[in-house]
Amino acid sequence: MTTLLPRGEKRRNPYAAGKLNSTVPSLMLVGGLVVSWAIFSLFSPTDEEYELNLIVVAVVGIVLFVLGLFSMSFRVEGRRRAVDRLATMLVTIAFFLALTPLISLIITVVTKGAVRFDGDFFTLSMRNVVGEGGGAAHAVAGTVVMTLAASLISVPIGLLTSIYIVEYGAGKRLTRWITFFVDVMTGIPSIVAGLFAYSLFEILLGPGTRVGISGSVALAVLMIPIVVRSSEEMLRLVPNELREAAYALGVPKWLTILKVVLPTSIAGITTGIMLAIARVMGETAPLLIAAGFSNDFNFNIFDGRMQSLPNFVYYSYIAQGSVPEAYLDRAWAGALTLILIVMVLNLGARLIARIFAPKISR
Amino acid sequence: MTQDPGGSIAKTPPEDHRPKVRRGDRIFFGSARGAGTFILVMLAAVTAFLLVEGLPALTADPNEVSLLDGESFWRWVGPLVFGTLWAAALALAFAFPVAIGIALFISHYAPRRIATPLGYLVDLLAAVPSVVYGLWGGVVLAPAIQPLYTWLAENLSFIPFFAGPASGTGRTILTAALVLGVMVLPIITAVSREIFLQTPVLYEEAALALGSTRWEMIRTVVLPVGRSGIISAAMLGLGRALGETLAVAMVLSATGVISVNLISSVNPSTIAANVALSFPEAYGLNVNLLIASGLILFAITLVVNSIARWIVNSRADFSGAN
Repeated sequence: MTTLLPRGEKRRNPYAAGKLNSTVPSLMLVGGLVVSWAIFSLFSPTDEEYELNLIVVAVVGIVLFVLGLFSMSFRVEGRRRAVDRLATMLVTIAFFLALTPLISLIITVVTKGAVRFDGDFFTLSMRNVVGEGGGAAHAVAGTVVMTLAASLISVPIGLLTSIYIVEYGAGKRLTRWITFFVDVMTGIPSIVAGLFAYSLFEILLGPGTRVGISGSVALAVLMIPIVVRSSEEMLRLVPNELREAAYALGVPKWLTILKVVLPTSIAGITTGIMLAIARVMGETAPLLIAAGFSNDFNFNIFDGRMQSLPNFVYYSYIAQGSVPEAYLDRAWAGALTLILIVMVLNLGARLIARIFAPKISR
Repeated sequence: MTQDPGGSIAKTPPEDHRPKVRRGDRIFFGSARGAGTFILVMLAAVTAFLLVEGLPALTADPNEVSLLDGESFWRWVGPLVFGTLWAAALALAFAFPVAIGIALFISHYAPRRIATPLGYLVDLLAAVPSVVYGLWGGVVLAPAIQPLYTWLAENLSFIPFFAGPASGTGRTILTAALVLGVMVLPIITAVSREIFLQTPVLYEEAALALGSTRWEMIRTVVLPVGRSGIISAAMLGLGRALGETLAVAMVLSATGVISVNLISSVNPSTIAANVALSFPEAYGLNVNLLIASGLILFAITLVVNSIARWIVNSRADFSGAN
């Protein structure tokens, strides 16, 4: 365009006209923050106690930035582009707003949890501990035992159900029922699962029964729908050509499923199961109801109350004893352990999915 | 739906030799169907056991149940139901706009290369156990946000929500709802992100070719196409917020009243939090009473989730995307 213009004449380029320079938004952001900071430091009360609240300064600064850029864009670029810029700003702000709690949470858990994240914490129980000292080894053991038992219950049931849905039940009424009620089960509040397990064992073993297996049943109720849904997705991804090839070779259906379909989708299924385990491992409410809590080691799932890591955190917080600091430190260390376990399971699951994913494409 | 080659072969057998039903096949099919049926039985058992254990509290004389304090069951559970719905609605009000913003940011605004890692980052929020959120909400968020409540009570007390007097600890229903909001954020984000990514690219390009800005494209194409998906995402988030226990139990200092005051120290409790706090010490009919309230929570979440599923399923019928 510009090459066609007569020399020396400066005309507005109709395509570039009315557009803000690309440096304007960042300048406005800095400007907004500086103005906000200036306002707050100039007009703040002069008494000694008053401290400049940086969060308030940042919030006001960003509001100034949004208003400023919007009005400037409105004048230069017109209403439509101004609204577009406003939407961009709000969407970006929403994203960073959501990151704030995540970052705050991780920083707090790591710094506060590190205080008691020591050898004692992973070797001692809370038996006879009042105040400082003690550990969560019994809680870690309980969590591992109960989660393992829950997996033993829910993985076979969940996997077989998904095999039924995908391989046998296409179009059948039972399949529709199962799919619908698995959806319903996904929405069961975790505390209701705990109440169910408690009711079941109260009827079986008498009132007030709180045993580890009861907690496992509650966790299994929460875990089964997750396993079914994820395994179902994975089985559906297995290309039909593989099944047809097996049938053409005269392989019976059950062997086709066992030797062709399952090995092809095993990576995805394992990922789903690990994510389900990670999910139920952090559940507190059902174990609180069904398994109770204890200060001592208990490896027998069929007898006596069983402590779990989430419940350890909960009780350390809710019932702070004579030395509240010690209880809170233990709670944070427990939270850190819990997050680490869940993160390792999550990352491991994604890693398995990536490494062992079937190479379908040629 | 995938075709079932095995089934179709079995349905049309050649006349002279019918397919042999092997024992392995029968066992495998039987156990698979058995597992599926077991799930149905289990769900029926959940309902049945909760009913069996909950009903005695409904029929008992209120004076025999110490938690009821002589009132009827419905008078006792009313404030709890209100608190449950109120906290979940507040959480949804905070989380929904932010979640839609994040989903749009990841699907339409962020550079392609960093969009997937950003999605993982939001998924991380979902992986954090609820007890950790509760701890964070009670120890970090509540004291941090308390000055805001004081300010609100001083300057905006003419609005009923901020009538005050401000809680000194910051452990109010508003704090609990904020924590709940953070917890349901990743669910709503994940679902609506998928929905936004499914918008037909041709529609988007057509909108852009007609000269719309990016926001106009989103407003006229992405949001209308994904509307039912967004609604069901919100309902799923609501279902999660209704049933969440620990975050509320650890953050809220509840008194069991009906009040819309968001920042005072007198707050309604929620069903789930009330069960978690009272159950360990409950005995006799109190246990049945708490189980009965759990049954009501179950019914509420069931209704909400069914509506969500219904919206999703009806969408599949008229979706012209593919």
